[in-house]
Amino acid sequence: MTVTAGIDVGSTYTKVVIHDGEAILAKTVSPTGFRLREIAIETFDRALDESGMGRDDVAYVIATGIGRHQVDFKDTHVTDLTASSRGAGRLFPGTRTILDIGGQTMKATRVDELGQVQSFRLNDKCAAGTGAFLEKTARYMGYTTAEIGPLMSTSKGPVPISGVCAVFAESEVINHLSQGTAPADIMQGAIESLTTRSVQLIKRVGLMPEYTLIGGILRFETMGRSISESLGSQVNVPEPEMVQFVSALGCAILGRRRLDKIRVEDRGRVEAPA
Amino acid sequence: MAYAAGVDVGSTQTKAVIVDEDRNIVGRSLLDTGANVVKAAESAYVSALEAGDIEEREVEFVVGTGYGRYRVTFGNTQVTEISCHGRGAVHLFPNTRTVLDMGGQDTKAISVTADGEISDFCMNDKCAAGTGRFLGAAAAALGLSLSDLGPISLKSERPIKISTTCTVFAESEVLAWIGKGKKIEDILWGVHMSIASRSVALMRRVGIADEVTFTGGVSLNVGMVKALGERLEKQLNISEDCHYMGALGAALFAHDHVVAGRAPTRHGAGVTS
Repeated sequence: MTVTAGIDVGSTYTKVVIHDGEAILAKTVSPTGFRLREIAIETFDRALDESGMGRDDVAYVIATGIGRHQVDFKDTHVTDLTASSRGAGRLFPGTRTILDIGGQTMKATRVDELGQVQSFRLNDKCAAGTGAFLEKTARYMGYTTAEIGPLMSTSKGPVPISGVCAVFAESEVINHLSQGTAPADIMQGAIESLTTRSVQLIKRVGLMPEYTLIGGILRFETMGRSISESLGSQVNVPEPEMVQFVSALGCAILGRRRLDKIRVEDRGRVEAPA
Repeated sequence: MAYAAGVDVGSTQTKAVIVDEDRNIVGRSLLDTGANVVKAAESAYVSALEAGDIEEREVEFVVGTGYGRYRVTFGNTQVTEISCHGRGAVHLFPNTRTVLDMGGQDTKAISVTADGEISDFCMNDKCAAGTGRFLGAAAAALGLSLSDLGPISLKSERPIKISTTCTVFAESEVLAWIGKGKKIEDILWGVHMSIASRSVALMRRVGIADEVTFTGGVSLNVGMVKALGERLEKQLNISEDCHYMGALGAALFAHDHVVAGRAPTRHGAGVTS
């Protein structure tokens, strides 16, 4: 059995997947914070504990995400786009467009039949198109990130939230609250606003189904539904407990491929003199 | 004595100014706008009257301005804050041709004529980057009060460049720099320079004249004044009254009405706008 690991150090969360080539042995997540080196090690060690593996049992580690260069124990690193397209392709082989909504970035990637990246667009400049927008909206109303999901399940319909700026949304939220609007409906309005931004980004890489939606924000089921309606197309969404780990999974799978390639080369080197 | 008053209801603070017949400021006041906008306007007006020891009946005309100008229920008319800042700036600094107004929620670059009339303006009200809110976010992230930011930033010796655009992300960036052991003054200077860069870009869109007057609440921030000075490579006009510029401009417009009302025949009909 060959075990590989993928580690995705995102702006908000750090995710680790341990994989044996067939299945996921363990997956762990921690808030990234500011000490990227330490959090990478800690999250990795927890995943090892969970899988019952030691550090030496892991044959190859690939890092990705904004903090990938801070992962000291990696064998190599890949971009978020490569990682997410591998992961999405493993879960949904027909994937041609990937939308990844993270805490501080939103990325749309178009891939070919082989999963190679053809085109991408990203927003990392403005919080209005990222998970931070939902987090801020929730915080203005006194809810934590963990409470967003349960809150939205009670929504009867969205109220419009302009989504032009996550900071100025505060006044909009306060206006709605003072008019007696339910927090759930305001939250759903924020989801709709994020949907508009998502679809704009997808359009810029070309509308190519199948669409696979990943990233922590997809834990909120209404997000996937809202994007699907807006695109007028079916979308693939991984299981809620998997949406955050797709890029880490992609890294683990790539690690396995690299390893196989290295072994073939090594064999060639050994056999050559004979 | 006949007085004229201007009340500027801003998103964050409400200001009132009273001028006498010679256009001298005789009373001023400042308070947080809060949720009750009508009340804020009334309270600011009453405080300004008290500060100048003036009876309400002595005030002949009141002009409301700012985003809450239609909530100044006792106002005789309303004028936009852009006109008021232009008018006030040219009154205090007659050679002003460009005005930068930086308030709590938005930043405006205004181009004015020698008469204090607006020839062009540009505003940043869609995105909190480059507005006073950016400073508010930095203050919140560092647990400091807004008035501390400027003086602390001036101590910077090894400035840090803030790379994020969005105010939301800047908050995390500030914390990340703290996590890396950087000094607060160096981070804050970076925050001020970042806002200054965006403000100068906004001003370029209306043209930057020789004399620039800096108005609005952020003009009290010494760090911002210095950062803008470095970016523009020139000194900006500032005074303690710059914070009251909108209200001052409104009071000057009110004064026009007082004068026009007194001698309508001399000025002909239709002087009032």
